[in-house]
Amino acid sequence: MKGKRRIVVVGATSAIASHCARLWLENQPSDLTLVGRNAQRTDRVASDLKVRSPESLIRVVCADFLDPEVITTTVENIFQSGDVDIVLIAHGSLPEQVRCQNDLKACCQALNINGVSPVLFAEAFAKQMAKSNHGTIALIGSVAGDRGRKSNYVYGAGKGLITRYAQGLQHRFAHSRVKVVLIKPGPTDTPMAADLKDKGTKLAPVEKVAKEIVEGIEAGRPVIYTPRKWWLIMMVIQHLPAFVFNKLNI
Amino acid sequence: MKPVSSWGRLSAEPHRVVELHDPFIVKDFLSHGPLPGLAYGMGRSYGDVCLNPGGTLWVTTRLNHFMAFDDRAGRLVCEAGVLLRDIQRLAVPRGWMLPVTPGTQLVTVGGAIANDVHTKNHHVMGSFGDHVRNLTLIRTDGEVIRCGPNERSDWFAATVGGLGLTGVIIQAEIQLRRVAGPWLETEIVPYGNLDEFFRLADDSEADWEHTVSWIDCISGGGGRGLFLRGNPTSPGNLPEPKGCNVTVPFVPPFSLVNRLSLRLFNMAYYHAKKRRAGRAVRHYEPFFYPLDNVLEWNRMYGPKGFFQYQCVVPRKVGKIAIQTILKEISRSGDGSFLAVLKTLGNRQSIGMLSFPQPGVTLALDFPNKGTHTYKLLERLDAIVYEAKGRLYPAKDSRMPKQLFELGYPRLKEFLKYRDPGISSGFSRRVMGG
Repeated sequence: MKGKRRIVVVGATSAIASHCARLWLENQPSDLTLVGRNAQRTDRVASDLKVRSPESLIRVVCADFLDPEVITTTVENIFQSGDVDIVLIAHGSLPEQVRCQNDLKACCQALNINGVSPVLFAEAFAKQMAKSNHGTIALIGSVAGDRGRKSNYVYGAGKGLITRYAQGLQHRFAHSRVKVVLIKPGPTDTPMAADLKDKGTKLAPVEKVAKEIVEGIEAGRPVIYTPRKWWLIMMVIQHLPAFVFNKLNI
Repeated sequence: MKPVSSWGRLSAEPHRVVELHDPFIVKDFLSHGPLPGLAYGMGRSYGDVCLNPGGTLWVTTRLNHFMAFDDRAGRLVCEAGVLLRDIQRLAVPRGWMLPVTPGTQLVTVGGAIANDVHTKNHHVMGSFGDHVRNLTLIRTDGEVIRCGPNERSDWFAATVGGLGLTGVIIQAEIQLRRVAGPWLETEIVPYGNLDEFFRLADDSEADWEHTVSWIDCISGGGGRGLFLRGNPTSPGNLPEPKGCNVTVPFVPPFSLVNRLSLRLFNMAYYHAKKRRAGRAVRHYEPFFYPLDNVLEWNRMYGPKGFFQYQCVVPRKVGKIAIQTILKEISRSGDGSFLAVLKTLGNRQSIGMLSFPQPGVTLALDFPNKGTHTYKLLERLDAIVYEAKGRLYPAKDSRMPKQLFELGYPRLKEFLKYRDPGISSGFSRRVMGG
C-alpha cells in the first residue's frame, strides 16, 4: 500500500520554499522532511506546518550545506526511510555585487551557496532517484542566471550554474521516470530581496510564486518562469545584441 | 524612506520601513536602528496610531507563523503578524473560531491586541483582549516581557489596547471558541427611529450573540435604519460561498462618496434591505467582513482620503447624544456611507486604553473636505465631550488632547509602561511624545 507522498525541501526556511510546503500540505497530508542550516529557524517552519496540517509527518534535518560528505550522508539517510517523490532544492542568498567584486571570499561564498551547494544536493538526490527510477528533482534557479548583468553577475553565475546543470540532468534522465524541473523566479517579495524592495523594485508576491511552482511541478513542466511574464522578458534580454545590451544600466 | 499611508489615506509621510522577518533577531532590529520606531501590521487603522512620520516602522507581517494549536482546548499560539483571516480559515473547519474579530479579517494578531478590537458580539464576548491568554512583548532595550491576565497583569493591561506603545508584540496565545461550522442564523429588522433601535437592542441582547445596525443618517429625518442580529447555527451541509474579489482599481480624482451618491445609496440600500428583511442563514465571512471582498475600497474617497469617527457615549445620555450628532451631521449637509450604531455590553475592558465601555457607539465616515470636515468633527467632539464619551484611537487622526484625556482616565497609569524607544503620530499628538 502506498503511504503518504514523500516530499523533501532543502533550504526550508527560504520564504518561497516554506510557502510551497504550505501549499503541498494544504493539498494533501504528506510525509515532509525539511532540511535547513539552522535548527531553530527550521523548527519554526516545521511548527507552523504542523499546525496547518496535523495529519502530516514532518521531520527536520540540519546539515552543513557546503560539505560534500555531509550532503551525501544527509541524502542517504533521508532515503533510508523510503523513496522520495519530490525534492525542492531552494536555498540561496542574494549577495552584494560590489562586495563580491572587492572581496573574493564573499564572491566564493556567493558562488558556493547559490550554485555549487544546490548542484551537489541535486546530484546526491539524482543518485538515489536513479536507483529507484522514481521522483522529481525541482531546483530553484533564477532569471538572473539567464544572462550576466553588471548589477548581480556573481549571483547570476551561481544561478546560471544551476541552469546548465539542470539541462544536463534533464538530458540524463530523459528516458527514465525521474523528472527534473528548473524554476526561475523573477524578483520576489521575500526577506532575501529586502534591499531590492527598498530601492523600489517591483516584487512578485511570494504566495503567487509558490503557487505557480507547486502547480508547475505537479504538471511536470521542465522549466518554470514565475511570474510567467519573465519568460518573455528574459527571452528579449537574452537576445539583445551586445551594442544595445551594453547601454542598459541593469 | 518611503511614503506610508494608513487606511484613511489622509497622509503619505515618509517612513523608514524595516521588515521583521525572523523572530530570533527582532531584538537586534529594535535596538540598533534609529529610534523611535513603531510596529506596523496591515495598516488597517484609519488614522495615525499605526504611523510614525519621519521615523521607523517595524513591519510585522512576515512574523506569520503558527506555533502550536491545541485542538481539544482551542488554544492557538502564533506569531503576531499572523492574519485573523488565516486563523479563521485554519480553525473553522476544525470547529473553532476567533471569539472576536473586527469588521475586517485582514488585520494582524498584534494589531488586534494593540487596538483591543471589538465586534457585533461585545455584550457577550467582550473585546479581543478578553481572549488573549498571554503575549510576548519585546522592548527596545532588549527586555522580553511575557504577560497575561494572570501573569504580570499590569503589563498585560497596558499592552491590550496599548496602541503598540509598550513594546513590540511578537507572539500571543489566543483562546478560540467552539462553533458548529461557518454559518449564522441572521435577521434584518428595519427600524424607524432611535427609540425603536434601543428597544430592539435591549430585546435582542439576551437571545442574540451578534447585534449591530446600519443607520441612515440622511433620509427619514435621521434615525431610521436596519437592525442586524445573528447567532451561530448548524444548518447542515450548505455550499460555501465563492469568495469573489473585486478591486477598486485606481484612486478616482474626486471622492465617489458625495452628497448625491450618498443620498441615492442610502435610499437604495435601506429599501433593498428592507425588502429582504427577515431571517436568513449566512456564512460568517460576508456577515462579519462585508467589505473584505472589495479590495482597496478606501480608494473610492478620492485622493484626499477620508475620516472615520467612532465614539462611545454612556447609555444614560446615549439617545440624546446620538440624536444631537445625527442632527449636526444632517445640518452640515454631509452624510456618512458606513454609519454603524450599536450598543456595547455592560462590561469594562481589560486594557488601560481600550476603547469599548458600556454605552452606545456610533461609527461614521466622511470624505476629507478639509476645513469643512474638521469643523464638523469639532462640533461632534463637543457633543461627545459633553456626554462624557470617548473616541476610538484606531479610527482617529485628529482628536484634541483634551478629549483624549477626558475619555481615557487611566492614561496617567498607562504612561509608566510606555517604551521610550517607541512613538507614533497619535502618541505625539495626544500624549506629547
